Amino acid sequence: MEDIKKVLLLGSGALKIGEAGEFDYSGSQALKALREEGIETVLINPNIATVQTSEGFADKIYFLPVTPYFVRKVIEKERPDGILLAFGGQTALNCGVKIYEDGTLQEYGVKVLGTPVQAIMDTEDRELFVKKLDEINVKTIKSEAVTSVEAALAAADQLGYPVIVRAAYALGGLGSGFCDDREQLIALVEKALSFSPQVLVEKSLRGWKEVEYEVVRDRFDNCITVCNMENFDPLGIHTGESIVVAPSQTLSNEDYHMLRKLAIKIIRHVGIVGECNVQYAYDPQSMDYRVIEVNARLSRSSALASKATGYPLAFVAAKLGLGYGLFDLKNSVTKSTSAFFEPALDYIVCKIPRWDLGKFHGVRREIGSSMKSVGEVMAIGRTFEEVIQKGLRMIGQGMHGFVENKNINIPDIDKALAEPTDRRIFVIAKALRKGYTVERIHELTKIDRWFLEKLANIIHTNRELETYEDIDTLPVELLRRAKQQGFSDFQVARALYGDRMHRESAALSDVVRSERKRHGIIPVVKQIDTLAAEYPAQTNYLYLTYNGSDNDVAYTGDHRSVVVLGSGAYRIGSSVEFDWCGVNALMTVAKQGYRPVMINYNPETVSTDYDMCERLYFDELTYERVMDILDLEVPHGVILSTGGQIPNNLAMRLDAAEVNILGTQAADIDNAEDRNKFSSLCDEIGVDQPRWRELTSLSAIDEFVAEVGFPVLVRPSYVLSGAAMNVCSNEDELERFLKLAANVSKQHPVVVSEFIQGAKEIEMDAVAQDGEIKLYAISEHIEFAGVHSGDATIQFPPQKLYVETMRRIKKISGKIAKALHISGPFNIQFLAKDNDIKVIECNLRASRSFPFVSKVSKQNFIDMATRVMLGIPVEKTAGRAFDLDYVGVKASQFSFSRLQGADPVLGVDMSSTGEVGCIGDDTSEAVLKAMLSVGYTIPRKDRSILISSGTLRQKVSLLNAARLLHRKGYTICATEGTHEFLSENGVPSVRVYMPSENGKPQAIAMLHSKEIDFVVNIPKNLTPKELSNGYKVRRAAVDLNIPLITNARLASAFIQAFCELSLDDVPIKSWNEY
Amino acid sequence: MQLPDAPKKAVLTLEDGSRFEGYSFGYDQEPTAGEVVFNTAMTGYPESLTDPSYEGQILVTTYPILGNYGVPAEDVKGEAGMSDYFESSHIHCRAIVCQDYSFVPSHWQATRSLSDWLKQERIPGIYGIDTRALTKLLREKGSMLGKIEFEGGAEVDFYDPNRENLIAKVSTREVKEFGDGEKRVVLVDCGTKYNIIRCLTRRGVKVILVPWDFDFNTLEYDGLFISNGPGSPEFADVTVEHIRQAMENGKPICGICMGNQLLSRAAGATIYKLKYGHRSHNQPVRQAGTDRCFITSQNHGFAVDNDSIPDGWEALFVNMNDGTNEGIRHKEMPWFSAQFHPEASSGPKDTEFIFDDFIKLL
Repeated sequence: MEDIKKVLLLGSGALKIGEAGEFDYSGSQALKALREEGIETVLINPNIATVQTSEGFADKIYFLPVTPYFVRKVIEKERPDGILLAFGGQTALNCGVKIYEDGTLQEYGVKVLGTPVQAIMDTEDRELFVKKLDEINVKTIKSEAVTSVEAALAAADQLGYPVIVRAAYALGGLGSGFCDDREQLIALVEKALSFSPQVLVEKSLRGWKEVEYEVVRDRFDNCITVCNMENFDPLGIHTGESIVVAPSQTLSNEDYHMLRKLAIKIIRHVGIVGECNVQYAYDPQSMDYRVIEVNARLSRSSALASKATGYPLAFVAAKLGLGYGLFDLKNSVTKSTSAFFEPALDYIVCKIPRWDLGKFHGVRREIGSSMKSVGEVMAIGRTFEEVIQKGLRMIGQGMHGFVENKNINIPDIDKALAEPTDRRIFVIAKALRKGYTVERIHELTKIDRWFLEKLANIIHTNRELETYEDIDTLPVELLRRAKQQGFSDFQVARALYGDRMHRESAALSDVVRSERKRHGIIPVVKQIDTLAAEYPAQTNYLYLTYNGSDNDVAYTGDHRSVVVLGSGAYRIGSSVEFDWCGVNALMTVAKQGYRPVMINYNPETVSTDYDMCERLYFDELTYERVMDILDLEVPHGVILSTGGQIPNNLAMRLDAAEVNILGTQAADIDNAEDRNKFSSLCDEIGVDQPRWRELTSLSAIDEFVAEVGFPVLVRPSYVLSGAAMNVCSNEDELERFLKLAANVSKQHPVVVSEFIQGAKEIEMDAVAQDGEIKLYAISEHIEFAGVHSGDATIQFPPQKLYVETMRRIKKISGKIAKALHISGPFNIQFLAKDNDIKVIECNLRASRSFPFVSKVSKQNFIDMATRVMLGIPVEKTAGRAFDLDYVGVKASQFSFSRLQGADPVLGVDMSSTGEVGCIGDDTSEAVLKAMLSVGYTIPRKDRSILISSGTLRQKVSLLNAARLLHRKGYTICATEGTHEFLSENGVPSVRVYMPSENGKPQAIAMLHSKEIDFVVNIPKNLTPKELSNGYKVRRAAVDLNIPLITNARLASAFIQAFCELSLDDVPIKSWNEY
Repeated sequence: MQLPDAPKKAVLTLEDGSRFEGYSFGYDQEPTAGEVVFNTAMTGYPESLTDPSYEGQILVTTYPILGNYGVPAEDVKGEAGMSDYFESSHIHCRAIVCQDYSFVPSHWQATRSLSDWLKQERIPGIYGIDTRALTKLLREKGSMLGKIEFEGGAEVDFYDPNRENLIAKVSTREVKEFGDGEKRVVLVDCGTKYNIIRCLTRRGVKVILVPWDFDFNTLEYDGLFISNGPGSPEFADVTVEHIRQAMENGKPICGICMGNQLLSRAAGATIYKLKYGHRSHNQPVRQAGTDRCFITSQNHGFAVDNDSIPDGWEALFVNMNDGTNEGIRHKEMPWFSAQFHPEASSGPKDTEFIFDDFIKLL
């Protein structure tokens, strides 16, 4: 232990599907564990929005790609004694294995702390894994490859029926199927062998339960299982796509401990030091099991388990990596008992995934063995009914719980039950309402009857509620039961009042609220203490429940607490950046002598770490629940502006309830949020906006378009399918979009705005006090307007803006800040064409780019904003933020490869799942680092670059980049128009053919044969033909993992960067060296 | 439909006057009384309910949802007359108390609901109780007496099981034999769980189960095993005396739970009552003087005073949370014991090696 003085930790980079905020939490915990030991820490993570890459977490932070090349460079420079590989997800693990295999770690004498690399490789490699577990007679899922019917029968006999047959080398599951007996097997294998030489026979585990254990082991061979979890959805749905409960609910003691014992046997045999998880398939009709996989690292499940139990797995794993025994460590909640124990829960938690499939064109909604969800929530309560309803509200997609939701149209319920989509839980609600029995739903879904019976309880209560006309006639006992089953005031009100809720939802919900309070039906606050009340807890990790009679904590009502509202589930458009904002607000609140209180329910965050505040309410961010908490807490005030849009949306109602909203007041927030109010305000103060109108008929739309001209940006208020926003370039597109995607009517108006082409988009992030700007940062998008600001590549400070533009932006921002009496953080987005500036959006809250500009400028915007909101006078520091000798570039991470079928083209709706921010001495260097960080690679010289460059304007803007490529010795392959254009301009290229053309070489064939190493594909317009032609190329690039850029300006910037600089030219500098 | 339309109201009253109102899901024709104890295990209610160590006690489960996987069939097998799934022939708890009850269970082994079983065995069960608040009360004030009365039903007085010789109440009345094997192990039944018998016979020894006050020194045997059992060890003076005599022949002795306390008393150590006992599946135990730690299943209200362990003996295991004694051993002779339950059932199976260690000594 003594010889470890400096440790390198690898982060997980940008958030992506399958690798999200949980690794910020894991890494932050590990860093804390190391710091406590006085060990110097070095962190490599380009994800600038994370908490772990903040001041005070690691001693040195490198915003560099987590790739073997850069990690080696950092090791060369920093010479750490040890390295931690288990805290940065698959990214860190894969990188770690590579630098182990290539000898880097050995060369520099860097010791891998915790689980040895061999153990990692044994669990990562499927064949090694099966072999390893065979050694101790632990069953895994195996396939037998056979080439004859006889061999298939023999294999099936050995495996036991039912079996699943898969034809090898056949795409799309052709020839696959289930066989319950010999006859079925013979028929299917004969068929499969007719188009495939080989058939895989596997035991079918359809309908088996999926159960997970989180296991910890120290170097003294002491083992514990910290938590087990059971999937609501049976095997076949990725655990990241499943609703999950902890602890398991349908396992008997024998089941539970048989699997627990096995998990410990496995961790010992594999030789983990630290943490791992073991996933099982478990037969619902016997005690038969299979191990699905073992993750030899901290995982999404381990983050969930930490939050579900209060046991800080990452923290403990880091300590064990340093050589401690579990017996050396204390339970972080009781602070008196041992960390060698297994948490006893006296509550149930339910995790529900958050999908955003509606944001993508062409993606399939079916969920299955690959992960598509972008975030998750965790609900805590004391009945399953309570947690599932809480959780479904937390998901934040307009659902009010399991029942009383807007009607969803399901043409074929049986099919929708049997073939799960992201909405299956609501299909179950619908089926139960329609009279399906639990048995029937079980047959179709294979979901354990226990869960279904509980859901049926909710339906039963719902039906009972509906038999009453109003709150006065509703029996108190029924109201209490409804609340105990997780019904919100809104749900109760809707069950009672039905259609009246369309107009008076807030008022009627308030009636229910006040009536239940009058009857003393109020939730109680319970503590998560790891030991089910056996020992007192020293931390305030809390949740609210109606299943209880006593509060665990005392309320003093001294008005010295400040409640910070978190940002909820990570989703497209709101993720780790708001966690950073929330955590920083909490830290400033504490520094200023108030008690910080957090409300949030996202298990992947640092803000829901009970160490970060005085009281953590792991609960809903609904008006109802926030008010329940404020009623008890009676705080000094509430901060809404660091948690993104969810808390912001509560402003008006909280204000009406006389809550002290700190900073900018609700009326002003409303003036910015309400499109009409904001426009008239802009008119008043002489600030220009792109022309827009809210329209309710097709003819009115035509009239408006005639006035502003194409293209226009169309935002329907009611979306039938597909994306919510679209740019329409001509009459055809407009008509198609309005007919297919939107329903225009008085009830569902459409907002149509003028769309300015070729305009720069500029962001203003700032803090104002009493309407005066105190600190600001202006950043510029590399792409022209039209790419959502969340997808755009952004540089700060701006490198190519006119001084006059900057001056005007500052002036306009000042006017807006004054007019809206802003006190706190805000963000304005501008369009600039020549020096003509228009405001497109204004948010009176922290924005996505706050951590980025804070870290690049080294001025903590949230710290200042929080001081402002606490009423502490701050000094004006504007101006200083631009005087930098370096530049930061923020680039977006896309997860299209996970989203089968989705068109990877960018538009006005956001589709990125994460981002990185890198710092360089100039734009090219920062762009190169940032692009490499989000998975791009510098193309190899022996392969070609495929360019299809869209419209003439885009072709022109790519010309210089093409020249550079040619000069650098790259071969350019170009499609028809681009090829001609390049030839005319003296840049040689190879003509290649699109899928709709006859001729060779075909672009897609070249992608498959790996002749192409980088694709620039710019759609000309959004016509179906253009989109479908390019789509195949774009999709092939994504599926074959070939870097793809669909924006001409970004492509130029990237090409320029890698043509100007080689990897060797990139200086390895930590954050504090800038 | 799960919830009965009009569940009967029930009240749990503690000796300090606290009242907890809930609803009945078990037998509700008669009130009941006993010592109220909590268990933080998240599974294992069929095992706990039939564990003789719970004789006279009202069991509070801190895990809020109960009855999820129903109750397996009695399924009595073999000449021994032991059920595969239970720890004795009937329920020993006086009642069971939880927050939320699952009226419709789901498990392939379940043949009935917990509710049905409780009614058959005439044991009350109540739900709708804030078991966390109740547990905190017991933690702060110590185990208390309590009684459960039903709406419109009879009243009942408090009952203190610790004033009674519970061991005598639950012990076998006659000598019984289990298993086959050359080696003969005498198992003193202070209220043994079936799984102790199973763990021994599975290792190929013959078990001779004797009543708690039976003088086993008259028998031919290779090893002596003292079982778990309910209540206070002070009632088992006879057993302690027999153990002392047995020490004279130098044969291996092992004890579990009550067995640990009785062996300790025989060695000369003293016993005291814990404030609220250890009842859970997650008690951390360290083997004294080593880096070996175990997660154990426990169910006891009394403990051996570490400071009273006499010369020649030493602590074998120590509780890592509160430092209480978890087992003793003789420094030279093959005599040792564990306060926890190596036979588990319910709970983790990490310490089953205790049986192996014992068998090796025979």
